[in-house]
Amino acid sequence: MSNSPRERLSVLRTRFSQGGGVNDAALLLVTMLALWVLFAAVGMYLQYDTAGVLGTVVNMTFLVAVYALAVLALNLQWGYAGLFNIGVAGFMAVGAYSVGILSGDPGGTPAGFGLPLPIGILGAMLIAALVGLVAAFPALRLRADYLAIATVAMSEIIRTTLLARPFAEITGAGQGFRNFPSNPARTLYYENPGDVTSEPNAIGEAVFGVFESLGVARTNLVVDLTYALLLLVIVGIVYVLSRRTGNSPFGRVLKAIREDELVAESLGKDTRLFKIKIFMLGCALMGLAGALWQGLGNQSVNPTTNFLPVLTFYIFIALIVGGSGSNTGSVLGGAVFAALLFLLPTYISNIVSTFNLTLPRPNSAVEAVTPLFSADPMPLVGFVVANIDSMRFIIIGVLLVWLMQNRPDGLLGHRKEVASSVDLMQRDRKRGQTAATDGGRSQGGESDE
Amino acid sequence: MAVSDRTSWGGRFLDNPAAFVAGAVAVLLLLDLVRRLVTGALGPATLMTYLWTGLVIGLIYGLAGIGLSLTYSILNFANFAHGEYVSVGAFSGWSTAYIVAGGSIATLGDLFLLRPPAGRVGVSITSAPLAVVVGLVVGVVVTVAMALVLDRIVYRPMRGAEGISLLIASIGVAFAVRYLLALVYGTGRPGVTAGTRRFFVGDTLGLGRFIVDSHQIAIIVASLGLMLGVHLLLTRTKLGKSMRAMADNEDLARVTGIPTERVIRSTWILGGGLAGAAGFLVVLTQGTIAYNIGWLLLLLIFAAVILGGIGSVYGAMVGGVVIGIAQQASSIWLRGPWSDMTLPVTFALLIVILLVRPQGIYGGVETT
Repeated sequence: MSNSPRERLSVLRTRFSQGGGVNDAALLLVTMLALWVLFAAVGMYLQYDTAGVLGTVVNMTFLVAVYALAVLALNLQWGYAGLFNIGVAGFMAVGAYSVGILSGDPGGTPAGFGLPLPIGILGAMLIAALVGLVAAFPALRLRADYLAIATVAMSEIIRTTLLARPFAEITGAGQGFRNFPSNPARTLYYENPGDVTSEPNAIGEAVFGVFESLGVARTNLVVDLTYALLLLVIVGIVYVLSRRTGNSPFGRVLKAIREDELVAESLGKDTRLFKIKIFMLGCALMGLAGALWQGLGNQSVNPTTNFLPVLTFYIFIALIVGGSGSNTGSVLGGAVFAALLFLLPTYISNIVSTFNLTLPRPNSAVEAVTPLFSADPMPLVGFVVANIDSMRFIIIGVLLVWLMQNRPDGLLGHRKEVASSVDLMQRDRKRGQTAATDGGRSQGGESDE
Repeated sequence: MAVSDRTSWGGRFLDNPAAFVAGAVAVLLLLDLVRRLVTGALGPATLMTYLWTGLVIGLIYGLAGIGLSLTYSILNFANFAHGEYVSVGAFSGWSTAYIVAGGSIATLGDLFLLRPPAGRVGVSITSAPLAVVVGLVVGVVVTVAMALVLDRIVYRPMRGAEGISLLIASIGVAFAVRYLLALVYGTGRPGVTAGTRRFFVGDTLGLGRFIVDSHQIAIIVASLGLMLGVHLLLTRTKLGKSMRAMADNEDLARVTGIPTERVIRSTWILGGGLAGAAGFLVVLTQGTIAYNIGWLLLLLIFAAVILGGIGSVYGAMVGGVVIGIAQQASSIWLRGPWSDMTLPVTFALLIVILLVRPQGIYGGVETT
C-alpha cells in the first residue's frame, strides 16, 4: 500500500463514509459519556443532592434515547430514500395510542384490550406501518414538496382525530390518554406494577437497597434509570438494524433512488415498491418511538400538547444536525439536539440565578427594549433569560437556517454513506493494482433484489 | 425544463380509481344537500350563513394563498414560513390599530402589546374605521419589509438551491419568527376587536334571515379590491408579465432578458403584502389574535393553493373560497360532537386533491 498522505487521507475518508464500525461506536460512546459528565456537572453546580444529580442525568438519557430512536426512523426514509416525511409526530401518535389501547388495562378509562406488552408494541409498529401505507399511496407518486405537505396534513389529521369527541371512548379525546401499560422497568421491580402502592418484588428489593445505600431513596428514579438504559439498548438494536438495512442490496437501491430515481427506474427497479417498503418500515419505527417515548415513558398523552407538528421539526433538526444519510450521524444528532439544544437551555435560568446578578425582570418586551436607548442592556438580558422557552425556539430556527446555508450536510460534517457498496473513487485510483486490497469490506458478491 | 414522462401515471384523471370514488362521494353529498333543502331539514337561511361565512374566510385563505402560490412557482419551494408572514401582518397591523384608536387610555407600550381589553379600545370598522384602515396599511408595509429582509439574509444566499433545502430553511424562519412574536406578545389569545354592527339580510329575497356583519363586508371589499389589483398588475404591467413568464419557465425568462432578481423582489413584495393583509383581516373576522395564528392557517392555505393549482393566482383565489365554504358547509353533516372532525376532513380533502388531481383546478405548471 502506498503511504502518501493523500492515499492515507482517502483511506480514512473511506472508513468514515463507509462507517468503520469501531470508530463510530467509539464516537457514540464518547459523546454519551461527555453528555453524562456535562449533565452531572450541571446538577452538581446547582447543588442538587445525589438523587437530584442522578435525576438530571436520567432525564437527559431518556430524551437522548427516544430522540435517537425517532431520528433513526426518519433517517431510513429521508436519509436513505430521500422521502421528505414531515408527519413524524402523527406516526408517533399512532404508535403511542396503539400500545395504550392494545395493552392498556381493560378496567381503566378509556379501556384497553389488556394484551401482553410485546404484542402491544408489535401491534403499535404494525398499525403505524399500515397508516404509513395509507399516507404513502397518494404521496409517493408526487414530488418531494407535495409529499411534505401531504404528510404534515396526515399528521394533523391523526392528531385532530385523536382529539375529536366522537371517539372519546377509545382515545379519551381532549382528556388525553393515560391508561398505558406499565413500562418494563417497573414490571421488573414490582410485584403488581400497575398499582401505584405495590410492594417491590425480590429483584426490586435488592436493587432499591443498593441505590438507597448510595443515597438515592426515590424508587421511581431507579425505575426511570432502568427504563432509560433499556431504551439505550433498544437504540443499539435499531441502529444495527438500520445499518444492515442501509448496507443491504435493498438499502443500495434506496440510496440510488435518493440520488437519481430515474436511473434506478431505468435499471429495472420498481422504485415505487421500494419507497413504499422503506416508508412503512420508517413509520413502524416511528410508531415504536412513540410507544416507548410518550406511551410507556411518559405514561400520559394529550394531543393538545403532544404530537404537534413542532415535534416533527425537532426530529428533523436533530437529523440535519447529525447529518442525514448516516445512522451514526442520526444517533449523534439526536443526542446533541435532545441534550444540548432541547434540555440544557431549561437549566440556564437556574444557572444564571446562582451568579447573584439580580437581573431586572421587565414585564414586557417593550419594558425590556426601551432601556436599550439609554444603553442599559440588562433588562433585555433579564427578559430573555426569563423567556428562555421562546428563545430556545428562536435559536433552533436560526440554527436551522444557518445549517441549510452553510452546512447542508450536517453540523458534524459530510457523513452521507455512498450508494455503492465500495467507494468508487477509491477503486478508480487503485485500478491496475491488486484488486483484493479493498475486497474485505466489499459486498459486491451479493445479488441485488 | 424537461417534462418527465412520470407525469403519465401521476396526474391522469380517468385511469385513477380514486377520482371516481371522490367524485361519487361529492355527488352523493350534493344529492343529500338537495334532499335536506327539499325536506326542510336544512333551512335556506342556514345554508346561506354557511356560504356567506365560508366566502368571507375563503377570500382570506385565497388572499394569503396568492402569495404562497407565487413564491412556490417563481422561487420553486413550498414556503413553510408563509403562515408567519400572515401572523406578522396581523400583529403589526393590530398594534397600529390599537395605537391609533386607543389614544391616551393606556401607555403607548401597552397599546403596542395589545394589553388593554378590546372593549375599552374599541377597534371596529364602524367605531374606528381610520384605525382599521391604517392598521391594514401598516400591516402590509411591515410584512413586505420583513419579507424583503428575510429574502436578503435567508433565501438570497441560497438562490438555486434545491427546493427541499429552501423548504427546510423556511421552517427555520417560521420557528424564529413565530417565537419572536411569542416573546414580544406572549402566548395568550386576547380578543382585540370591538363588537360591530350586524345586519339581517335575505328576507326580501325569500332566503330567510341570516346575519351579515360590517366586518365581513369590510373583508370582502378589501380582499376583492386587493385581488383585482393583483389581477391588473399581472395582466396589464410588464412586471406582471415577467412574473408569469418566470413562473412558467425560469431559464427561458432569463434568456429573454427578464431581470430575475427584480422579479423575485417583486414577488416577495406582492406575496408578503397580501399575506400581511390576510393576517390583519383574519383577526378582524375571528376577533382574537395569537402568536400561532398564521401557523394554524398555513395548512388551509396550502390546501387552497394545491386545489387551485400551484402557480395559478386565480386558482389560489378560487381554491381559497372552495376550502372556506367546504369547511363551513361541512357543519351540515358534521353536527354536535362530530363538528370536531371539520379540520381532519378539510385536511383529508387536501390529500384527496393530491391523489385525484395533483395539478389542481387551474394547474398548468409542472407536477412531477
